[in-house]
Amino acid sequence: MNRWIEKQRHLIDFTASSLARRKGKSLGLLVVYTLLVFVLASVSLYTHALRNEATRVLAGTPEVVLQRLIAGRHDLIPPGYIEKIGRVRGVQKIEGRLWGYYYDSVLKANYTFMVPNDRRIPEGEIVVGPALERSRGLAEGNGISFRAYSGELHTFIVSEVLAHESELVNADLVLMSEPDFRRFFAYPDGHYTDIALWVANPQEVRNVGLKLINALPDSRPILREEVLRTYASIFDWREGMMLALLSAAILAFGIFAWEKAAGLSAEEKREIGILKAIGWETGDVIAMKFWEGFLVSLLAFLLGYVIAYIHVFHFEFALFAPVLQGWAVLYPSFALTPKIDGLQVATLFVFSVLPYTAATLVPIWRAATTDPDTVMRG
Amino acid sequence: MIFQPAIIALLLAAGLSLAMLATASPFAVQLIRHWDLGSGSERQLRLERLTYLFSMMVALVCGLQVLSTLLFVFNADKMSVMFVGAMCAVGALNANAYGFPALYAQLALFFFASTWLAINRLDNQARDYPLTRLKYVLLLAYAPLAALVLYLQFNYFIRLEADVITSCCGSMFSEEADTVASEVSAMAPRQAIALFYAGLGAAVLLALWHWRGAGRRVWSGLAVGASSVVAFFAALMGIVAFVSLYIYEHPHHHCPFCILKPEYDYQGYLLYIPLFAAAAAGLAAGVLTLFARRPSLATLAPQASARLAGIAAAGFALFLVVASFMVLSSNLILLE
Amino acid sequence: MLELANIRKAFNQGQHNEYWALKGIDLEIPPARVNVLKGPSGSGKTTLLTILGCLARPTEGRVRLKGEDISGLPERFLTEIRRSTFGFIFQQFNLVRGLSAIENIILPGYPTGTPRARLVERAEALLADMQLSHRRDAKVEWLSGGEQQRVAICRALINDPEILVADEPTANLDSKLSAEFLAILRRLAEAGRTVILTSHDPLVVESEVVDRVYSLRDGRLIEVVDTRRAWP
Repeated sequence: MNRWIEKQRHLIDFTASSLARRKGKSLGLLVVYTLLVFVLASVSLYTHALRNEATRVLAGTPEVVLQRLIAGRHDLIPPGYIEKIGRVRGVQKIEGRLWGYYYDSVLKANYTFMVPNDRRIPEGEIVVGPALERSRGLAEGNGISFRAYSGELHTFIVSEVLAHESELVNADLVLMSEPDFRRFFAYPDGHYTDIALWVANPQEVRNVGLKLINALPDSRPILREEVLRTYASIFDWREGMMLALLSAAILAFGIFAWEKAAGLSAEEKREIGILKAIGWETGDVIAMKFWEGFLVSLLAFLLGYVIAYIHVFHFEFALFAPVLQGWAVLYPSFALTPKIDGLQVATLFVFSVLPYTAATLVPIWRAATTDPDTVMRG
Repeated sequence: MIFQPAIIALLLAAGLSLAMLATASPFAVQLIRHWDLGSGSERQLRLERLTYLFSMMVALVCGLQVLSTLLFVFNADKMSVMFVGAMCAVGALNANAYGFPALYAQLALFFFASTWLAINRLDNQARDYPLTRLKYVLLLAYAPLAALVLYLQFNYFIRLEADVITSCCGSMFSEEADTVASEVSAMAPRQAIALFYAGLGAAVLLALWHWRGAGRRVWSGLAVGASSVVAFFAALMGIVAFVSLYIYEHPHHHCPFCILKPEYDYQGYLLYIPLFAAAAAGLAAGVLTLFARRPSLATLAPQASARLAGIAAAGFALFLVVASFMVLSSNLILLE
Repeated sequence: MLELANIRKAFNQGQHNEYWALKGIDLEIPPARVNVLKGPSGSGKTTLLTILGCLARPTEGRVRLKGEDISGLPERFLTEIRRSTFGFIFQQFNLVRGLSAIENIILPGYPTGTPRARLVERAEALLADMQLSHRRDAKVEWLSGGEQQRVAICRALINDPEILVADEPTANLDSKLSAEFLAILRRLAEAGRTVILTSHDPLVVESEVVDRVYSLRDGRLIEVVDTRRAWP
């Protein structure tokens, strides 16, 4: 056992020094390899972070949202609906929600106006998201006027700016009091935008949904898990498409690795011939080459992954954002929460290290089975 | 079909395994027909060189199976949000009839490949390479197995349909969607515990006995092989029936996969790594004793078999200790 | 020590350019002697040397090393034997460029799994023996021809082999260095090592260091001459 370890140490020593002796070639391979890992890891880290962001945001939302439909279109919830639902078993909390969109012609942007259920905002005051803070130059204590759809001008005082974390959802948010909201949009009393239901037991969510449909046939319950599922498949699909586009790059990399491994220079061939002649066995040369591949892969993988990590979480995916983001045009900037998971790393590994290993297998074998007597037939 | 990177990766890995074994097959046939170690002809030298390539390939296939089994399970777990009623990997694997068979086929390929590597290692120690023909006959059987893995995986993935909100206005409520079974069926805990400790205990004792006897008794070697297989299944049943419950501290969550997740501190690895290593080693220990009658292996085969039995004993014992520790340190009370 | 029986070796077997480099060689190499294979180019002496040195397997015939038949051994085991029993010195020295003298010397010790410290210790002793200690860390491409030759000898001796095999060792050396080299060979033979070399250099073949000369032509052994009478 000790001898075996000692031998592997020798082989690693030798292969590290021979990589160092052939700087140009090793560096070329390392750069291309790192680049591939970087691109793949960037895409993967970014989509995963987006998915996590969405999941995190949804985690705070109610299990079921109930909308009323008229002729298949979304309509206001009339008075009395909430009371009817009150009797459904398993529902922990019910709230009527008030929210809507407002188009700001100054900035040509949409804001979400909302009445929060978990806090009271005094009349005449609003709380704004970070996007508004930036684009309209607002700060606490400033006043701002919005022209309502009726044409009237309403003025509010900004009492607070929301935190920057998870800007993905609250960037364009404007929170206000219920009376202000109803006055601004001329919202009829007793009506709500939709109804949120909190269900304690996840197993009961679907039953609650069914009961809601039975009790209120003109309504549409939307389950959180359905939204989550839809998001998940959209993100996966996007990432999959990206990868399909990148498959050409992976293939090119495989061919490149093959070329590099198969196109041994005369010097390298001579070296392997010498090693074989002085008593290295085919298996020893294969092990030596295996360590070479291992070192290169490890280095490229770590480098590529770290650079991708920095790219995604510190430079906000600047290089590829336009390709993947798409729907996030409204939300100018948001810091993603860094997260790494095993599945993602394993997948990346299959897309980078595996093609390399597979492509170099036969060239390594060819080189290692050089006849030991070749050096004598110079 | 769900189109996502991990699935592409899995299909790629399965495709690569198949491609390697399939390209190796014609050469393996050549090898079986023309192998003649006594000859110094150029063809024989070429065939000998080829054996190095094949060992590399099978080693890669074996490693790939380990990697893709993990990937397969993780991916199933991640996909479980997409199916109504699926709480974790089990639900996602139950989403159609191909999920679990694909997993089993992968595990089978892993054990086949690891056994082959053990035979290969033994063969390479004997100066007359006595098992070469046998090795390549076996190798021929692996290509169809790799094809089966790819077939099952492909069918599993192609038949997956996520339960998503599909229309913009109509309410796509999940009521019509079939709910998948989210738990594996489990044995009653009392029986499972008995089977678990009996099976694994027997495997440890037999492997120790074989190891102490320096691997010379053929029957004890065969017993190690058989008991390793039994212990492997007993261990898996035990994990499903009670070990996982103690880890989750939940009386009804029988999942053999969630224990691999960060929520449970990756405790599953502590169980599965020794278990799989021990099962592979024990199986190989049994298979290798079959070759003790060949003259050039008369001392080598028992030696190798004894060493593998030692590994198996250590692995199963470690697994037992870890599992028992997890059960004892749990707050769940399953049996009064 | 080494016995060959009816050795034949073919190249491009089964093709139109099939060629038999050795056509039935029988010979015996005695231990602790300097043996020379001599012959014109194309006579098969290098091919014979590769078979004697376990670098290649004969197509037909038997090779016995200390009584054990090793002709049918696969490369894996042949290499093991070669590593422990043979040391090689090549015509072009075949040192690995970019590595220092000492690193070149310890290369054959790597597959044995001997700890580095022990290998280095042994290499330093050999270097000292060849009066090369001062060139220990010099890259081999900066060494003179004679120094390279001596590094190659050190490398051949690192695993303490019983048999030293050299292919045209004086082809790249002037007369003075050749003489020095022969002196080293004699020292090794006197210390109990068997030396086998190929050469067509009269300086070597006619040297008093040589114990036995084997003449080859067209793949056959035509003459064996014992040049030194005084065998102990």
